Amino acid sequence: MILLCFILIPLSAGGLAWVAERWHAQAPRWLALAAMLADFALGLGVWIHFRPGALARLRPPAAAHPAPAWLLQLDWHWIPRFGIRFHLALDGLSLLLLLLTFFLGIVSVLVSWTEIRERVGFFHLNLLWVLAGVTGVFLALDLFLFYFAWELMLVPMFFLIALWGHERRRYASVKFFLFTQLSGLLMLIAILALVFAHAAATGVLTFEYAALLGTPLSGAAAWWIMLGFFIAFAVKLPAVPVHTWLPDAHTEAPTAGSVVLAGLLLKTGAYGLLRFVLPLFPRVSHQFAPLAMLLAVLGILYGGLLAYGQNDFKRMVAYTSVSHLGFVLLGIYAGNALALDGALVTMIAHGISTGALFVLAGLLQQRLHTRDLNAMNGLWDTVPRLSGVALFFALASLGLPGLGDFVGEFLVLLGAWPVSRLLAAFAAAGILVATFYALRLVQRAFHGPNRHAWRLPDLSRRETLALAPMILVLLWLGLFPSTVLRTFRLVIPSLQPPAAPAVLPAAPAAPGKALRP
Amino acid sequence: MYSLLFLAPAFPFAGFIWLATLGPRTARKAVAAVGVGTIAASTVVAGLLAIAFLVAPPAGGAYTQTLWTWIAAGALRIRIDFYLDALSLIMLLVVSFVSFVIHLYSAEFMQADDGYSRFFAYMNLFVASMLTLVLANNLLLLFLGWEGVGLCSYLLIGFWYRDPANGLAARKAFIVTRVGDTAFTLGLLLLFHSLGTLDLQPLMHLAAQRWLPGSALPVAAAALLLGGAVGKSAQLPLQTWLPDAMAGPTPTSALIHAATMVTAGVYLIARAHVLFALAPPVQLAVAVVGAATLLLAGCSALVQHDIKRVLAYSTISQIGYMFLALGVGAWSAAIFHLMIHAFFKALLFLVAGIVIQALHEEHDIRKMGGLRRDLPYAFWGFVIGGSALAGLPLITAGFYSKGLILWRAWSSPAGGVVLWLAGMLGVLLTSLYIYRLIFLVFYGERKTAPVHLPGWRIKLPVVTLSALAIAGGFVNIPRWLHGVPAFTGFLHSALPPAGLLHRPGMSEPLSELVAALLFAAGLFAAWRRFSGRRVPRPAAGLAGAIQRFWFADWGMDWLYDRLLVRPVAAFARLNRQDAIDSGYNAVARLHVWGWQALRRSENGRIRWYAAWITAGTMLFLALAVWR
Repeated sequence: MILLCFILIPLSAGGLAWVAERWHAQAPRWLALAAMLADFALGLGVWIHFRPGALARLRPPAAAHPAPAWLLQLDWHWIPRFGIRFHLALDGLSLLLLLLTFFLGIVSVLVSWTEIRERVGFFHLNLLWVLAGVTGVFLALDLFLFYFAWELMLVPMFFLIALWGHERRRYASVKFFLFTQLSGLLMLIAILALVFAHAAATGVLTFEYAALLGTPLSGAAAWWIMLGFFIAFAVKLPAVPVHTWLPDAHTEAPTAGSVVLAGLLLKTGAYGLLRFVLPLFPRVSHQFAPLAMLLAVLGILYGGLLAYGQNDFKRMVAYTSVSHLGFVLLGIYAGNALALDGALVTMIAHGISTGALFVLAGLLQQRLHTRDLNAMNGLWDTVPRLSGVALFFALASLGLPGLGDFVGEFLVLLGAWPVSRLLAAFAAAGILVATFYALRLVQRAFHGPNRHAWRLPDLSRRETLALAPMILVLLWLGLFPSTVLRTFRLVIPSLQPPAAPAVLPAAPAAPGKALRP
Repeated sequence: MYSLLFLAPAFPFAGFIWLATLGPRTARKAVAAVGVGTIAASTVVAGLLAIAFLVAPPAGGAYTQTLWTWIAAGALRIRIDFYLDALSLIMLLVVSFVSFVIHLYSAEFMQADDGYSRFFAYMNLFVASMLTLVLANNLLLLFLGWEGVGLCSYLLIGFWYRDPANGLAARKAFIVTRVGDTAFTLGLLLLFHSLGTLDLQPLMHLAAQRWLPGSALPVAAAALLLGGAVGKSAQLPLQTWLPDAMAGPTPTSALIHAATMVTAGVYLIARAHVLFALAPPVQLAVAVVGAATLLLAGCSALVQHDIKRVLAYSTISQIGYMFLALGVGAWSAAIFHLMIHAFFKALLFLVAGIVIQALHEEHDIRKMGGLRRDLPYAFWGFVIGGSALAGLPLITAGFYSKGLILWRAWSSPAGGVVLWLAGMLGVLLTSLYIYRLIFLVFYGERKTAPVHLPGWRIKLPVVTLSALAIAGGFVNIPRWLHGVPAFTGFLHSALPPAGLLHRPGMSEPLSELVAALLFAAGLFAAWRRFSGRRVPRPAAGLAGAIQRFWFADWGMDWLYDRLLVRPVAAFARLNRQDAIDSGYNAVARLHVWGWQALRRSENGRIRWYAAWITAGTMLFLALAVWR
C-alpha cells in the first residue's frame, strides 16, 4: 500500500492543485510542497525501516536466477486477459532513486515559487504528474505498467516545456517529444516482441518481470529486442549520438522542469538499463558492453568539450549532463560491483549537483533576465552568497574529492579499469575536461570585473532553504557514501549478468607480468 | 595523547566552515582570531604529538587513527584514517608551524582587503587539506587532500578575482596540476587492481613482496604517481603554472611555496619510496627531472624582473633539488631540504611582501633599490633567507641540507657524476640569482620611497623564520664536522638510509668545499655586476635572445598554448552548435520540405487536380503496358 501511496499522493495532489488555484493563488504551491514532503517522509520512513542492519537479515538472492531482493511489493490484477498486472515493487535501487525523486520534487516546488506566475495550478498539476510518472517508472515491475508510467512522464513534461519555457520553447518541446516518443515506441515494440517470444516458448502470455527474466531467446532476436530497449534508454540517458534533444529541452524548460529533467528523467534511462536491459538480456548485454562503453567514453569527452564551448549558462550545464551520464553508462556496462556502485552514486550525485546548477541558473535568470554568460561577469561583487554556492556546485561537478560526484566517478573508473584500461584512461581524462568547463563557468559568471555594474539581491531565505540541503546531501554522499552503498549492495547480484567477468578480488599479479595497454 | 591526531586537520577545517558560513558577518578581529587561532591550535596539537612521539614512541614507530569507513564497495575498503610516523610527524610540524606563522603575518598584511574573511576561509581550508594529505593512511584520502590543496591554490591565486589575469593564472594552476592528477588517478586504479588495496602500509608491503624490482607493474605505477608529483610540485614538464601563481596575495605565495602544495609531490614520492625503489627507471627519471628542473628554473630566475617571479623560479629549482635527492634514494635528505626550504622560502616571500607593500604594490625589481636602511627587517630577512637559499657555508641551514643532497648525488648507488655536476651548477646559479635580487632591491640608488611600514604581526614571523633559516640546519650536522645527524637519524624509522657507493675522487668535505666555492663565486659575480648604482642594461644580440628565452620559461608556455590549449578551445568554439545535431535538424528540414512540396499540390484548382489524375492514370497504364 505504501507503494501505491508513493504514486497516488502526487497524482491526487496534482489534480487537487489544479482546482485549488481557484480558492487561493498560493494553494497549489503549498499542496504540491505538502505532497512531496509527505512522499519524502514516507520514503525516509521506509529507508529507516529497512536500514542496512535489517536489510542484511533478508535472505541474499539465489545464485542461478537471482530475483531482486524486494523490500515491498504490491501485486494486483489489472488486465488478466493479456497477463497484465498492476505490479509494483521496491528494492534498494528503486528506494534510493525514489528518495532522490521526492527530494528534487521538494526543490522544484520551492524554486518555482516566484518564477511561475501564470497558470499556477496547471503548472503544479504537470509537475506533480511528471513526478508521479517517474515514481511509477522506478516502481513498476509489469512491463506494460512500466511503459504506461514511461509515457506518463512524457506528456506533462512536454507541457512544462511548451507552456512555461523560455524563448525557443516550441522547438525544444517538440524535439523532446519526438525523440522520447519515437524511442518509446521502439521500446513498446521490443516489449511486445519479448512478451510474444516468451508466450511462444512457454505458452503463457505475461508482462511480468520475474517471468520474463529467463526467457529463452535466439541470438538474433535477443539482439534486436535488447537494442529496442537500449535505444529507448540511451535516448533518455542520453548517450552520444542521440543526446541532441537534451540541451534544447534543458535550456528552454522552466527551472523546475530542468531540475526534473536532469535530476530524474535522465535517471530513468539509467534505471531502465540497470533494471531491464542487463537482467533480461545478460548474454547479449555482455557482448554489447564494449560498444556501449565506447559510446559512454565518447559522451564523457564530447559532452564535456561541448559544455566548455557554450555561452548560455543552462545550455552549458545541460551538456555537462551528457558528460556525467557517460560515467553512468560506463559503470553500468562495466558491470562489476564497483562500477555499478559508482554508477548509482553518480546518478544520485549528478541529480543533485546538476539540479542545483540549474536552480542557480534559474535564480540568475530571474534576476538578470538572461542566461548569457557574456552578460554576467563579476557577479561575486553583488551576490557573494549565491556565487559561493555556485562555486560549490561547480566544484562538485568537476569531481572534487569529498563531494558526491567524485565518489561515483572514481568507483566507475575503478570498475572500468579491469574491463578496459584504455577506456578508463580516456574517461579519467573526462574529469580533466570537467575542470575546464566548471572553472570557465565560475570565471565567466562570477569572477572578473562586474562589467555591467549589476546590483542584485542575494539569496533569499526560501532560496537558501532549497539549496542548503543540496549542499549537505552532496557532502554526505561524498564523505559517507557507504550509507547509500549498503542499501544498494543487495541489489547488485540481481543486476549482474551471470556471465559478467568476476573481476574482484584481483588475482595477485605475477611478478614481472607485462602490462597490457 | 595520540588520539588528538585528528584534531590537527579538524581545527583548520572547522575554521574554514565557520569563516565560510558566518565569516562575512563577523568582525575582522574575530575573523583573524578564528583564522589564526585554528592554525595555532593545530600547531599545538602537532607539538604535543611530537613530544609524545619522542617520550613514548608508538609501537612499531607508527600510530594509526581510524575515524570512519569512507567507501565500501566491492572489494574496496577505504577508511578515513590518519597515520603518524616519523615522516608524517615532521611534515605535520613543518606544515602547521610554517602555516601558523604565515597566518599571523596575513592577519596584518591583508587588513585592508575587503575579502578578509574569504581569505582566511581559503587559507584554513588549504592547511586542512595539506594536513589531511600528509596524515592520510591511504592513497585515496591522500588524494582528497591533494585535490584540496589544488583547489585552494586555485581559489587563492584567483583571490583578487576582479582582474581576469588572476583568474587565468588560477585556472592554469588548477588545470595543469590536474593533468598530473589524472595520471595519479590512473596510478591509483593500477595499484588497487594489482595489489587489492589502497592503504599505504599494506600497499608498500605487498609491492615489495610481490613485485620484482624493475618489472613492468611497479614501473608503470611509479611512473603514474610521478606524473601526479611533477604536476603538484611544479617540475618539468608541468612547472609552467607556478610562476603565474604569483598573481595571488603574497602570504598565499608563501603558503604555496613553503608549507603546502608544492612539497606534496616530494612527500608523495617519499611516502611511496618502496614503490619507487622497485622501479629503477622511474627513479632515474625522478633524478633527471629534478636535475633538469633545477637548472632550467635557475636560469629563468636569473633574468626575471618581478621580485615574486624570481622567488617562484627559485622554488621550482629548489624542489628540483628535492627530486634529485629522491631520485638517488636519499629520502631523508629530500625531507630535510623540504623542511629547511619551507623556513627560508616562507621567510623570503614574507619579506618580499613587506617590500611590495611598502612600495605600493610594486613588483618590478628594476624600480627598487637602496632599501636596506628604510626596511631593515626586510633587508635582514632577505639576507638571511637568501643566504640560506644559496647555502652560505656553516652558518645557514641551507648549507647543510643542500650539501647533504649534493653529497648523496655523488655517493649513492643511483647517483653519479652528471647529477652531482648539475647540482653544483645549480649552486652557482642560485647564489647568482638570489644575490642579484638582493643587490638590486636593497643596494644602489633609491628609486621609490617606502610608504608603509610593518607592524609586530609581520615582524614577529620574519624574526622567527630568520632564526629557523639559520638554526634549522643544526639539527643535522654531518659527522665530518663532528656533529650528530639527528634529523636523518630520526627519519630512519620511516625512510631507509641512502646506500653508499664508493666513487673515487671525492669525499663529503671536498664536495662541500666545491659547493662553498661556487657559492662564493656566485656571490662575487652578483656583487660585481648588480651592486652598483646603475642597473645593468639588458643584453643585446645572442645573449639578449637567450635572456628572453629564459625569461619566457624556455618557451614552454608558448608551446603548450599552441599544441594543447588553442586546439581544444578552437574545437569547443567551432563545435558550439554540436555537429551531431545538424544531422537531426537535416532530417527535420527534409520533412518540412516534403511537407511544403506536397502542400503546393493542394492548391484548390480543379484543373490541376484533373491534370494530376490524368498524369497518374497514364503512368499506371504505361506501367501496365510496359510489363
